[in-house]
Amino acid sequence: MQLSKTRKRAVSVIAASFAAIMLLLALPVSATADEVGTEFDDKIFGNVKLDGESLGGVEITVSGNGYEASTVTGADGRWSIGVPERGQYEVILNEETLPEGIAVVEDGGPIKQVEFGLTGTVVTNYFIGEGERTAIGLWPQFFTRLVYGINFGLMLGLASVGLSLVFGTTKLSNFAHAEMVTFGAVIALFFASLDINPFLGIILAVIASGLAGLTQDVILWRPLRRKGIGIVQLMIVSIGLALTLRYVYQFFIGGSTSQLPPLGGESFKLFGSLTLSTTDIASMVISIIVLIAFALWLTLTKTGKATRAISDNSDLAAASGIDVDRVIRYVWITASALAGLGGILWAYFRPGIKWDMGEKILLLIFAAVVLGGLGTAFGALIGALIVGIMVETSTMILAPDIKYVGALIVLIGVLLVKPTGLLGTKERIG
Amino acid sequence: MSNSEPDKATGLHSGDAKPGVAKVDPILKASNVTRKFGGLTAVNVEHVEIPRGAITALIGPNGAGKTTFFNLLTGFDSPDSGTMEFNGKSLSGMRSHQIAKLGQVRTFQLTKALSLLTVLENMKLGATDQAGEKILGSLIPQIWRKQEAEIEKRAGELLERFKLYEKRDDFAASLSGGQRKLLEMARALMTNPTLVMLDEPMAGVNPALTESLLEHVLDLKKEGMTVLFVEHDMHMVRHIADWVIVMAEGEIVAEGPPDQVMKEQAVIDAYLGSHQETDLGVVTGRIEVSDDGEDK
Amino acid sequence: MDWIQILSNTVESILSPVTFAFVLASLGLAMHFGFAGLLNFGIAGFMAIGAYGYAISVLRFDLPWWGGMLVSIVAAIAFAILLGAPTLRLRGDYLAIVTIAAAEIARLLFLTNTFDDFTGSASGLFGYHDSFRAANPIPEGTYGFGPFTYSETDWWVRIFGLAVLAVVIWLLWALSRSPWGRVIKGIREDEDAVRALGKNVFAYKMQALIIGGVFGAMGGVIYALPSAVNPTVYVTSLTFFIWTALLLGGAATVFGPVLGSIIFWVLQAFLTNVLPALAQEGGILESLTSQQASTLRFILVGIGLMLIVIYRPQGIAGDKRELTFVK
Repeated sequence: MQLSKTRKRAVSVIAASFAAIMLLLALPVSATADEVGTEFDDKIFGNVKLDGESLGGVEITVSGNGYEASTVTGADGRWSIGVPERGQYEVILNEETLPEGIAVVEDGGPIKQVEFGLTGTVVTNYFIGEGERTAIGLWPQFFTRLVYGINFGLMLGLASVGLSLVFGTTKLSNFAHAEMVTFGAVIALFFASLDINPFLGIILAVIASGLAGLTQDVILWRPLRRKGIGIVQLMIVSIGLALTLRYVYQFFIGGSTSQLPPLGGESFKLFGSLTLSTTDIASMVISIIVLIAFALWLTLTKTGKATRAISDNSDLAAASGIDVDRVIRYVWITASALAGLGGILWAYFRPGIKWDMGEKILLLIFAAVVLGGLGTAFGALIGALIVGIMVETSTMILAPDIKYVGALIVLIGVLLVKPTGLLGTKERIG
Repeated sequence: MSNSEPDKATGLHSGDAKPGVAKVDPILKASNVTRKFGGLTAVNVEHVEIPRGAITALIGPNGAGKTTFFNLLTGFDSPDSGTMEFNGKSLSGMRSHQIAKLGQVRTFQLTKALSLLTVLENMKLGATDQAGEKILGSLIPQIWRKQEAEIEKRAGELLERFKLYEKRDDFAASLSGGQRKLLEMARALMTNPTLVMLDEPMAGVNPALTESLLEHVLDLKKEGMTVLFVEHDMHMVRHIADWVIVMAEGEIVAEGPPDQVMKEQAVIDAYLGSHQETDLGVVTGRIEVSDDGEDK
Repeated sequence: MDWIQILSNTVESILSPVTFAFVLASLGLAMHFGFAGLLNFGIAGFMAIGAYGYAISVLRFDLPWWGGMLVSIVAAIAFAILLGAPTLRLRGDYLAIVTIAAAEIARLLFLTNTFDDFTGSASGLFGYHDSFRAANPIPEGTYGFGPFTYSETDWWVRIFGLAVLAVVIWLLWALSRSPWGRVIKGIREDEDAVRALGKNVFAYKMQALIIGGVFGAMGGVIYALPSAVNPTVYVTSLTFFIWTALLLGGAATVFGPVLGSIIFWVLQAFLTNVLPALAQEGGILESLTSQQASTLRFILVGIGLMLIVIYRPQGIAGDKRELTFVK
């Protein structure tokens, strides 16, 4: 059944207005996390390292002489804050932004006094060593990693099922999907800056993500489908879109890491060494609930069944009366909303939001989707859980900064050996 | 259609004309070849031999496994079991391009004229043993210039024969469907093959072009090549085939000279339909038949 | 707005080693995609291997500059074989995913602290210039005119870069006109048709992958030659930029990638100079910081890539009849 002309126009107007509103509203949200104090000639900078490895996402505040500024360390552990005059300052490390169970115990703790010498720069480092960590046995460590892996895998699953469905219904390998993950986090950041209830902000961000998906289908994907453009071309269009979105995010939130407002709640110590905050637990619960709801939608509702029918055989589905375009539209909305939610949860997990966080997770999403089987949503979920657990538990043998390599090798391996993945159906040759 | 019937080769077989019969001079032999897809057995051929220097037709209903068997013989698919021999050389484990180098060449059901190349470039691609195609050799034009000129000359002659010479500098994309079929056949001949395998050469071809194609296929036999083709057009089969092999449900159900095979009950039931000579309208009772008898 | 300065900076970028590196990389990608139809989305990985291969050889193994370059070439060949052997039979979009993953693995391995002794991890590598500079035949001094005024060191890098570029362009051009090039073109459109004619398709694709990979690695070397090896450079965004330049110029031609890369970099240089200046001056860009004005140019790249692929996939120099994207 075709949408009537007025309804079509209404949808287009909604999508276009949404895009316009986003542009207008977001402009004043300037770079709160831009490189701090670059207008000053003098600066204090340094490194934060844990056990010799750079620690990103740690908040450093410099205060003194009537001036105060904060920044967050980048993935390389570095931070830099410009100051208006040379003098004495206090450098404070926000221990809440350290990983669970870590505190700065060395001389003076997280607060250091620094003073400028003859030059315009002062270096102060936080090298957090072995001593602060309580020794943990192997099995408890594994268990901790496992739970973190499941947590990560669940949010990865939220991000991945959408990609799988989009591929299943449109045959598009959407490289811009990971940018929708970032989108959710960035929009949540925007709503947080409006000082509304953080939970409301999250819900609004998820809705906004869904709308973003709708906008994409209206403005870009459906017209291109109508034009009959080949899948390779479409894939490269999605790459261009990914590039554009990535730099749009950098445009609005700058180059360094931002944080979502903490949701409060305490940490729980479970089963010995495992420390989970309420946020972690909430994240897992939300993921599971949403994924179950999604699974029910896919199996029980008419649209869900139609989605699976189209993934299986779109010509046959169309011939049996399913409005393929309409279902695809719902798929785009759902995929983007789920991705956005995944992004918000990931922003609490990392912690932190960075303009290029999509780039980091894109290949993991592909790994999950390919492992589970391109085109099947359940496959994507299983693949995501496996990838999440593998990535987190691999830190027991691999150095933390190459923990993604394992997942990437799995991705390549699966594509070589069984490209249809664990749950995919084998394509008939000829 | 030329008035005289083409010379049919006879005496190709030794023994009764039944499935798997040995040939006097086989160019291709296959034994116990099977290919399964999931639970479905696509090909299950106990034994078959293709006679040298003759035109053999491979016919059968859709899904009989003809194209799959074709792919197995040409190396585009590997069998689950069985042995195949070409000119006495075993084909097991050989890839398609290696088999092609032995002297087999095949065309495709969906014509593969390379649109990004001109007609002449398509033809030159067909030539074998080109020094210029090796990576190092290609950088020194002196090595391949002479060979290229010879290849171009031969290509020109073939194009003339196939009436494509005027189009030699056009992109193959600009040719009509029928011209592309001719190009694919001409290009295949550039490889100087001994066995030419045509996959449904008449598919989608208008009647006038069919004549032309038939003549070209007959010319192949005159030049000493062996031809194996898959077809549905029974008139073509009867007209030019020296030998017919009938496949159904993955197995060979009949073999023999065309007239003989087409009278066999099994073949009629499986494929031809019992009123093959009668207008379909008469069979279903929709057209009144005059006293004179059936339509021809 | 100092237009003279802006234009001067823009024009000068044509002779920048970064531009040369980019052209080399896009020529490599032209061999991969434009000629052989291989969807290589890991070209940044080849550049990284070239740059790191050179720097590590010179710094850790005390090789002379030309030894370092030989190592880069060999490493690129090895990477191509390692990458291609299992993956060349994959269909289009799968190959794209695999190549991105492979390049990411390479980058993560270069970045990790585990190999810090060799790779310098997050800091990268620098200070390997002595050997190359020692080979400089140009006497000390400043030469040139207008915006193209450089020291003898800078000229040496540029002349070397141009020489490499000339060789690579000639190679690509010679190959494209040869029977080898003809086979590759056929493979791009339909592998089975070429197989049926007795050509070993896999071998041809591998050769194309190796040749293009070596071009890309030399691009990495030229990029790093006058400056440093910085791991943050060889990210997927770089690959996407090279693709944009390639498609802009015309993927299936020899001069298309040269044209596209030059236009790409000149535009980048222009915008890098113009946008921050506009932001300071006022006008529509007034409310932006200079940082944001700079980011704007990358947004334009992304949009540009989409527009090219949708509306003019054959690029500026390409022929519409030569389908860039064989469906």
